[in-house]
Amino acid sequence: MSEPGPVYLDHAATTPMVPEAIAVLTEQLARTGNPSSLHASGRAARRVVEESRELIAERLGARPSEIVFASGGTEANNLAIKGLYWARRAQDPGRRRVMFSAVEHHALLDPVLWLAKHEDADVVMTGVDRQGMLRLSELAAAIDADPSSVAVITTMWANNEMGSVQPIADVVALAREHGICVHSDAVQAAGHLQLDFAASGLDAMTVTAHKLGGPIGIGALVARRELDITPLLHGGGQERDVRSGTLGAPLVASFAAAVDVACRDRAATAARLESLRTYLIDGVRSIVPDVVVNGPQDPAERLPHIAHLTFPGCDGDAMLMLLDARGIEVSTGSACTAGVPQPSHVLLAMGYDEDAARGSLRISLGHSSSVDDVDRLLAALPEVRDRSRAAKRCRGGS
Amino acid sequence: MRIVAAMSGGVDSAVAAARAVDAGHDVTGVHLALSRNPRSYRSGARGCCSIEDSNDARRAADVLGIPFYVWDMSAEFADTVVDDFVAEYTAGRTPNPCLRCNEKIKFAAVLERALALGFDGVATGHYAELRTAPDGTVEMHRAADAAKDQSYVLGVLTQHQLAHALFPLGGSVKTDVRAEAEARGLQVAQKPDSHDICFIADGDTPGWLTEKIGARPGPVVDESGEQVGEHAGAHTFTIGQRRGLRLGVPADDGRPRFVLDIEPVSGTVTVGPRESLRVDGLTGIRPVWCGAAPEGRVECTVQLRAHGAEHRAVAEVRGVEVHVDLLDPAEGIAPGQACVIYVGSQVLGSATIARTRRLTTAASDPER
Repeated sequence: MSEPGPVYLDHAATTPMVPEAIAVLTEQLARTGNPSSLHASGRAARRVVEESRELIAERLGARPSEIVFASGGTEANNLAIKGLYWARRAQDPGRRRVMFSAVEHHALLDPVLWLAKHEDADVVMTGVDRQGMLRLSELAAAIDADPSSVAVITTMWANNEMGSVQPIADVVALAREHGICVHSDAVQAAGHLQLDFAASGLDAMTVTAHKLGGPIGIGALVARRELDITPLLHGGGQERDVRSGTLGAPLVASFAAAVDVACRDRAATAARLESLRTYLIDGVRSIVPDVVVNGPQDPAERLPHIAHLTFPGCDGDAMLMLLDARGIEVSTGSACTAGVPQPSHVLLAMGYDEDAARGSLRISLGHSSSVDDVDRLLAALPEVRDRSRAAKRCRGGS
Repeated sequence: MRIVAAMSGGVDSAVAAARAVDAGHDVTGVHLALSRNPRSYRSGARGCCSIEDSNDARRAADVLGIPFYVWDMSAEFADTVVDDFVAEYTAGRTPNPCLRCNEKIKFAAVLERALALGFDGVATGHYAELRTAPDGTVEMHRAADAAKDQSYVLGVLTQHQLAHALFPLGGSVKTDVRAEAEARGLQVAQKPDSHDICFIADGDTPGWLTEKIGARPGPVVDESGEQVGEHAGAHTFTIGQRRGLRLGVPADDGRPRFVLDIEPVSGTVTVGPRESLRVDGLTGIRPVWCGAAPEGRVECTVQLRAHGAEHRAVAEVRGVEVHVDLLDPAEGIAPGQACVIYVGSQVLGSATIARTRRLTTAASDPER
């Protein structure tokens, strides 16, 4: 009998490519052509890029010219936040405030803090409640203090650790009355929620392929056509003169195929993962009765595929390692600094203490997840619970 | 057995892990993050705490095909090793942080965590040999490579700790370990040995201590009590030190002077001629025995500092103290250092040096 493969329950980190995206990628890799070349091969590659752009735009409620391809979520977020800050400040030197939520991904948080350190930005963080939901009144008060000084507001669409879905429409409404532009990091939401860029009223939105079944290494900033963005990368000006670099037609085409499949299957997958998540949480609770389910409880306020759990008295890093040794792959949800797991800034922002933050796991489901995967996790859990509690005790319970 | 291999990113721990794998153990590589603010790259010979070292350890684990994790031990390290180091210097003693790290981190915090997680022991790249006696007791002996022998800094381990330790390099010489790393395709084969204190990035221990403790100027006096100079802080001196005294008043006889004594409360540093450094006995406290505590007067050898010479001695446990008579006098013995006691190649145990008995002043001041 062959060894069973790993149980992959970390889809929020990256999810397996869907077969359609793999087929398109491998097919396109065999072709030659720089989309910027003028000959037949170049035109053929360009056609692949533009058809992909049209498909992605259509599925995300945007116009093709609003899709700016980039290397992924980190680059698109950097382009959005730095590019918008620089452009707005150039138009009006008084606009130096950058407003962001306390639960942003590091790919957004770090560029914001960089602007504060190097570009004289005045950065304003908005807190979240115990469920990880943005405090709108706090944001409104911060805007009202001096609306004309705000360069940009950024709020992620859905949080990558909690799955909490932020009130984007309300944020846009607050900003609109003052003519402030709004960006949203929708990397975790795309493919799981129906996104309509035009209807959202956003000025810019980040998406990436590998969170929705496409390849790693390609993403996009969706940006309103008339939006002024100062480029980060200078060169051939391939993407609207906002982003330079030869486009990888295979990656772009594979990205489009993945978006197409994700949007086609979205409702059915979301319903299936929601019930699998309930099965998972019920199962965990029967083994660890005092487990705490973090984030919003209302399905309308969270993503269907993420379960963020705190195991009192357990050491999350030890749980991850013990599960990994049994072929079960999950995340503590926190970022690493120098390979050392740090307590999640998201949980800390939600008001949890460092101890709870260190005893948490993020289990995230995806299109390939099955009941069998969850059963194998549950089968391993009793021993993992006991050993990780013992490991925690030898750190003096801290 | 299921084994945690502590992997610093150096050649020794990588080969130790490889040998544990070859011995048939189920090995998991673990890099200990000991610094709260690790530097990106190692500089010079001070390596084991930078991100580059962590990456080197990860790559070695990849080559060995074993799982790899980073364990954050920075809080434990700061509390039990770094703070202790500062406190000992403040008290006028000379601590050995590597020994402390083995006692409190590698074979305590790490070992206990490993046992809790279901592992059976911890393997490291230390040079010392473990042998199991007929009664099942684990004995620790000096390594085959005398130049690399690290039994001194392991002399603080108890039977429980030794019973769960693996030192796969104890029977090897360093040149063979490097050659083996090369043959195994480990990138770290030619990485320089680390030495000095890992948490003092630039190797400037007096400067680092002054930053932590602050400048505390005080007098430098000779054996008669006459002031012969000033210093910026008693913590920048070690007993037996000759260089860097910067004395304004030369000795009457023009001979070099050495640090004889450090009195932390008044900050007085006493200097004098080399022969005044000679001691023929010492008292150790907080003894730790690798097996049963020895009874009666034991003929032994003692080592009084890392890479120091062996001295023939007779040791006796008296209550909570260990009294050691040195058959050949030793020089420059600093309180705070460990006195590790050997019979032949075997480590019996160790004690922290609290007081020394000075040979030339025996008549007037038998113990200080």
